[in-house]
This record gives sequence, C-alpha cells and structure tokens, in this order.
Amino acid sequence: MSSSNPLRDPADRRLPRIAGPSGLVIFGVTGDLSRKKLMPAVYDLANRGLLPPGFSLVGFARREWANEDFAQEVHDAVKEHARTPFREEVWQQLIQGMRFVQGTFDDDDAFERLRETIGELDKAQGTGGNFAFYLSVPPGAFPVVIQQLKKHGLADQTGGSWRRAVIEKPFGHDLRSAEDLNTTVEEVFAPDQVFRIDHYLGKETVQNILALRFANQMFEPIWNRSYVDHVQITMAEDIGIGGRAGYYDGIGAARDVIQNHLLQLMALTAMEEPASFDADALAAEKTKVLGAVKLPGDLGANTVRGQYAEGWQGGEKAVGYLQEDGIDPKSKTDTYAAIKVEVDNRRWAGVPFYLRTGKRLGRRVTEIAVVFQRAPHSPFDHTATEELGQNAIVIRVQPDEGITVRFGSKVPGTSMEIRDVSMDFAYGESFTESSPEAYERLILDVLLGDSNLFPRTEEVELSWKILDPIEEYWDKHGRPAQYQSGTWGPVEADEMLKRDGRSWRRP
Amino acid sequence: MKIDLTDTTASKINKALVKGRRAIGTPAVGMVLTLVIVTDEENAYDALKAANDASLEHPSRTLVVIKRVSRSPRDRTKSRLDAEVRVGADAGTGETVILRLYGEVSDHAQSVVLPLLLPDAPVVVWWSVDAPRDPAGDPLGALGQRRVTDSYAAEKPVEELKARAESYEPGDTDLAWARITPWRSMLAAALDQVDCEVVSVEVAGEEANPSVELLAMWLADRLHVHVRRAVSAGPGLTQVRLETTGGPITLHRSDGAMATLALPGQPDRAVALKRRETSELLAEELRRLDPDDTYASALRFGVDRLGGIQSASQRPEAATWTPGELPVRPVHDTPDPAAKPAGASASASAPASASAGEGDPGRPTPAQMPPVKKADPQ
Repeated sequence: MSSSNPLRDPADRRLPRIAGPSGLVIFGVTGDLSRKKLMPAVYDLANRGLLPPGFSLVGFARREWANEDFAQEVHDAVKEHARTPFREEVWQQLIQGMRFVQGTFDDDDAFERLRETIGELDKAQGTGGNFAFYLSVPPGAFPVVIQQLKKHGLADQTGGSWRRAVIEKPFGHDLRSAEDLNTTVEEVFAPDQVFRIDHYLGKETVQNILALRFANQMFEPIWNRSYVDHVQITMAEDIGIGGRAGYYDGIGAARDVIQNHLLQLMALTAMEEPASFDADALAAEKTKVLGAVKLPGDLGANTVRGQYAEGWQGGEKAVGYLQEDGIDPKSKTDTYAAIKVEVDNRRWAGVPFYLRTGKRLGRRVTEIAVVFQRAPHSPFDHTATEELGQNAIVIRVQPDEGITVRFGSKVPGTSMEIRDVSMDFAYGESFTESSPEAYERLILDVLLGDSNLFPRTEEVELSWKILDPIEEYWDKHGRPAQYQSGTWGPVEADEMLKRDGRSWRRP
Repeated sequence: MKIDLTDTTASKINKALVKGRRAIGTPAVGMVLTLVIVTDEENAYDALKAANDASLEHPSRTLVVIKRVSRSPRDRTKSRLDAEVRVGADAGTGETVILRLYGEVSDHAQSVVLPLLLPDAPVVVWWSVDAPRDPAGDPLGALGQRRVTDSYAAEKPVEELKARAESYEPGDTDLAWARITPWRSMLAAALDQVDCEVVSVEVAGEEANPSVELLAMWLADRLHVHVRRAVSAGPGLTQVRLETTGGPITLHRSDGAMATLALPGQPDRAVALKRRETSELLAEELRRLDPDDTYASALRFGVDRLGGIQSASQRPEAATWTPGELPVRPVHDTPDPAAKPAGASASASAPASASAGEGDPGRPTPAQMPPVKKADPQ
C-alpha cells in the first residue's frame, strides 16, 4: 500500500481502512466455524464496504463441489448467519471471486489446483498474489496442510505480495506440542505472517478493557493491590460438549479455555500501560504479565476440576459428561476448572486472580470482576452495613456486553441502612446494537496485516508454562469432582474460595 | 408510550419524560446524544423515521422542532407550544419529543429546546430542509456541537454549497458529503493499488446534485489537479475518471447500485456502491462528532474553481486564483508545457487555456510529467 496516496489523510476519519487487493483461502470450509462465523463475517465486511474490489474467497474441502455449489453454500450460510441485511449487489460483488478446490489435505493434485486457482484469481480478480490461508482444520491436520503449502510454493511471497497463515486454537496441548507447532508453522511462514485467532480478543468489550483502563483517569489509580482485593474471571457455558467428544475428551476445560481466553483476559486486566497501542508494545506488556504469573505452592488446595453430572439445565434434562456419546466412562477430562494464580509484580503482589470455566453451568456468561477491599473504616454501625458487599467493577464480555459498578447506597426511608446497588453501562444501550462480530474485525486485521489483537508465540508458550504444572498435578492426583448440570460448579470450588475468606460471584 | 401535551412548556415536557420512563420501568438509559431535528410538517415523518432507525446505532433523545405556519395575523400573535412525548417502543431506542411551535414562540425555538437537552451529552442539530444560511449563527444551531445540513434538499444546491463555504464553522457538515463516503473510500483504495500520479479528473453525475460537486472539490483539493464536473443523466453520481501517468482509472456506476472499477493493467472489478438511506447517512454523521476538517477543506476549495461548471461568477475569477502554497508551478510563471496527456478525455482538455496551448517544443511524455495544475477558464 503506497503511503503517498494523496487521497489518504489521517484527519479524514470517515474513510474506513479497506484491505488491499487480497483473497482468503479457507481449509475445512465445510465445517461449522466456517459456515456460522467465517463466511458471514466475510459477507458482513463486504457489506460494510471494507473488502477490496476483487476480493476472492477460495474454499478447500473434500466434498465434491463445483464453484456454484460452493457459492450456494456460502449464500445459505450468509442468509442464515450474517449480521447485516442481505443485499444482492454486495453478493454479486463477492460471488465473482468465489472458487472451490476439491481435495484432501494429502492430495498433491488438489494443492496444485489450488495454486492454479490462485494464479487465475490474480489475473481475473487482481488479487495481486496476496492470500491468507485460514486453517479451520483439526489440530492433527495442521502440519500436513502447512507442509503442503510449502511444498507447492503457496507460502512463497514474491514481488511485494504477502502470504499469511491464520490458525485457530488449540495451539498445542502443552508447552512441548505448542513449541512443535510453532516450529512447524514458522518454518513455512515468517512469524509476523502467522495470525493466531483468539476470537475473544476481537470482541469490542475486550478491546474496551484497554480503553476503560488507559483512556480514563478514574479507574487506574485504584487498579492495584492497595485497593483491589481479588479478581475473578469467569467463562461459563450452559451447553455440554455436544458432538465434540472426539476433540474434547483428553483436552478438557483448562486447556480449551483457561490457557488461551482466560489468561489473555487476565493479561489485559493486569498489564501495565503500553507505550503505544501498536502490536509490539501491547505484546510486550502482555508478555510481562504472563511471565510474572506465579502458581500457588499447594496446587491441590488452590485448583479444582470437575465434570458435569446428570441434572437439569435451564428446564432441560442433561446427561452427565461420562454418559455422553463417545466418552470413556472412566475419563478424567475436566469440564470445569478453577485455578488461583498470582501476578508477582509491584502492582499486584498478594492479589489473587481466580480463573474459572466450565460447561453446563448456570448460564452462558463471560465476565471479569475486579472486587475491591472493604472501606478501611466505617462510621456506620454494623447493622447499617450488614447487607453491604464489596465494591466491584464487572466487565461483562458476553452476553449483554457492558460494565457494571457495584457500590453501597442508602435505602430510602430507613434511618441508615446501606445496601448494594449497581450502576450499569450497556454497550447495546449507548452504542450500536449491532457491533461487529469478533471474526469480522479479526479477518479484516489479517488482511490489513495488523497483529494487535493476535496472541504471539511467546504469549502462547508462557500460557502453557502456567498451565502445564497444573495439568501434571491433576494427572497424578485424584479425579475430577462431580457437579450437577445447571449449577455453578462443584462445591470444592466454593470451598477453595471459602478458605481464602472469599466467595464466587454469581455471574 | 405516548403522552400528548397541548399548550405546554419545557418543564412540563421534562416531567412527562420522567413519568414516561418510570412507567416503562427504565429510569435511566444510556443515551449518548441529543438530536435536534428542525423540519416542517411535510418532512417531519421521514426525518423522524430516519432518526429512529439511526437511533439503533446511537441511542439518543430526539427533539423534533416543527415550526407551524400561521395563516392569519391574529394567529401569528398568539403563541402556543404542543408536544408529543414518546418513550419506549414508540421511540426507537431512545426518547422522542415532537414539538409544534405556533406563533411567536416559533421564533424562540431554542428556549424550548435548551431545557430538554440531555446533561453533558453532545447535541447534534439537523435541518432536514430549509437550513439557515449560517448554521452556527442560528439560535438553534448554536446549541449544537454538530450541525448537519443537507444541500441535496436545497432549491439551488450549487449556490447552497457556496453559502456553506462562506459560513463554515467547525462542526458543520452536510449529508451530501456523507453520501459520497463509499465513493471516496473506493477511490482511495484504487489509488492504493497503483503507483502513478493523477494528472486530471472528471466527475460525472446528475445535475443539481451537490454530492457530485463535493466529490469533485475533494479530489481537486487533495490531488492538486484540474477537475472537471460533467453532467450525466444519473442517478446520483455516475462516473469518476482519473487520468494518471499509468493510464485511466475509472469508477463507473450507471444504476445507483453496482459499480465497475477499472484500473490500468488490471481486470475490471465489480463493486457494490449502493445509494444509501437517510438513516444510514445520519448514523454515519453521528459516529464522529469532532469537526470534519476534510469536508471543510473540500468545501472551501470552491465550486467555482471546478471545470465544467456554468456559473456567471466564474469566468473572471478562474484566471486569477493563486495556487497558494501548493507544491506546483504557478500557472503564470512559465508557459505550461503540457496541456493534458494524450489519452485525456477530449471533453476535459478541449478548451485548454491559451497559455497552456502555446509553445511547447519539448513536450514530455505523460510518464515524465509532474502533476500539473492549471487554470482552466471555460
């Protein structure tokens, strides 16, 4: 992109960032993620006018499809899942650049056809050789696809064009496998051309954590050990494992969620102010926090894992994890995990961070709660403040994105009775009810080559260093606790906080 | 819910708003701005509908100010304020108050509006029709950080643009400017993709559509080249053609929905460039409330300096404007060696100025040429 374009002006803020000429190749295009998220996101981007003219979308899968069948599939997916209304002219623009390549991942002919397709698109659509490869494939297929891309010269950047790889979690299942994966990928793609998608980081609310902390004056002074009692980060799902038995068993909640999403949220909550909002400065601060994480000495007392048992979830009967199809009845996989960690630096010394995640919990919710200490002195007598809890700032990541502040307030009509009230900021109320989907933002960033919102190799490896000792401990000691589906997790988790004189919020 | 108030005051309206909010159970809502719509009975419905749609993106308190025309002198001396308060499902995502002003009070609309503004939140004033000549100087306009006019709705759009340029204050903006954002971003993206200099430009669109002039002025202002405005049958903008040292770039849209982008040495590409609804334009306006310097700069370029505009005031001035600090040769210094590259559209280069046409023995090829700005008396 030429920087001397006279029509570009930083002061002209109506002009959106449009990606340069480029295309997106999706491997595993028949999968759920592709249908429900990626294709709709591509359409929504086009509809918002953010894709370059001639943008091309190439699907790669085993299914016997012609280009038209693929277009029909995308059409259906877009109609069903896109956020923005369907507009025929946008569709007509997109459809011209749609291609499908049939083949399996070990099929050399198929990759040769893919190469020809890309060459043809460069000619017909003017994509200029710039392609991102989105690997929406099972972790086992990663190395094969990456090697095939290398073998057929698809990863070669020639004459100023770029080739990028987009990969989804899991980024390995422990430190060693993560390192192996990184080696495999970075052997073929330069590190700055590898984009690891953690879709949480694409969410507006998560980006707003930085705005809240660093654009305001009123929060940062109390954002430290002098005022904060502890932090709770929760990601709860109400669903079970569904049809993902094959993927989930042996992985578990901690690897699936804590290692990436929750540790990233923690890093954003705890990090120091970056020197600027560019990718390097942000990554540097996040890396510092993740590097400063200290695990408690007694892992048995400060971590809990569980498995959902039979129960009722939201009015529906749910089977237990061990009774799910395709799950070994003796499985030790955790569907619930709660851990306590500390960030060992000047700002956070002694402040515990409690991270928990689970399936078949009360409801689907993700939130970060920063809970403050009680007032050091209260002029009111004990009965007046009996119902007063601790002040808290809660960042609601999903659903109902927003921020809640909890504090005490006098109950009207009483002589002096203080009770918790909450003050609420809801994104849906103050801003667009249709904020962009995380994948829209992330796909656009990939095409623009903007890596702010993507975790880097070091972050992934540091996160595994935090989780590996816990997983090892769990392997050797005991079994997951059972908790009834539809509740907020095993009693052991409540006891874990009770020992610290605290309790979990009901999110 | 709706509350009708006849012969009322701002404080009674405020009470009705609080009552309405209590009744629907949301005593405090996160409205981000107050939108004041100044309109007449004829346009009130459309304007309010657009504002309600836009409020999905920007929850706001919407105050619709309708000045009623009184027929008889006796009516004109009587003064009355009627209000319709809408909250909840009847008012998009915010609150709406429709104010009807009769008689003398219609000259003092700001006294009604001021007490109804949300505390702290920014105020946007939008004249859907009949914008004052000096929006910032208008008593209602003075209440707003942002003043939105629509020169498309004016009787004589080109004259209107001149008036806007004269009275421009930071915070002024024009829906006719918002209409061309997709064109501007597509043209900027097109120039991202080629490495060459623009030599001249032609912008074509229907007559009496100020968006065409605004786009042409923006291009002239940014590119420092001669820009010609051509008239086509429409709808709206139909074509932009950039003559560059690498060949022509055209963005052509004949049906108001699908455009074709042609870049030198690249295949033609279809791009969706649909004309947008008023609600979308308004939502874009409300997204950023800081002064739009790019608009100011384009507007101040001046309609008269565009080629192809037939205007009485234009002829004598065209030869005398100075290029200012622009990094190009002043027109009068040297005989301009190059009129236009050979491939330039004939219509644009035909009436080349006298100075440009004469004595150019060492005429450079288009590729060697610097971008040239020249006076072009029609």
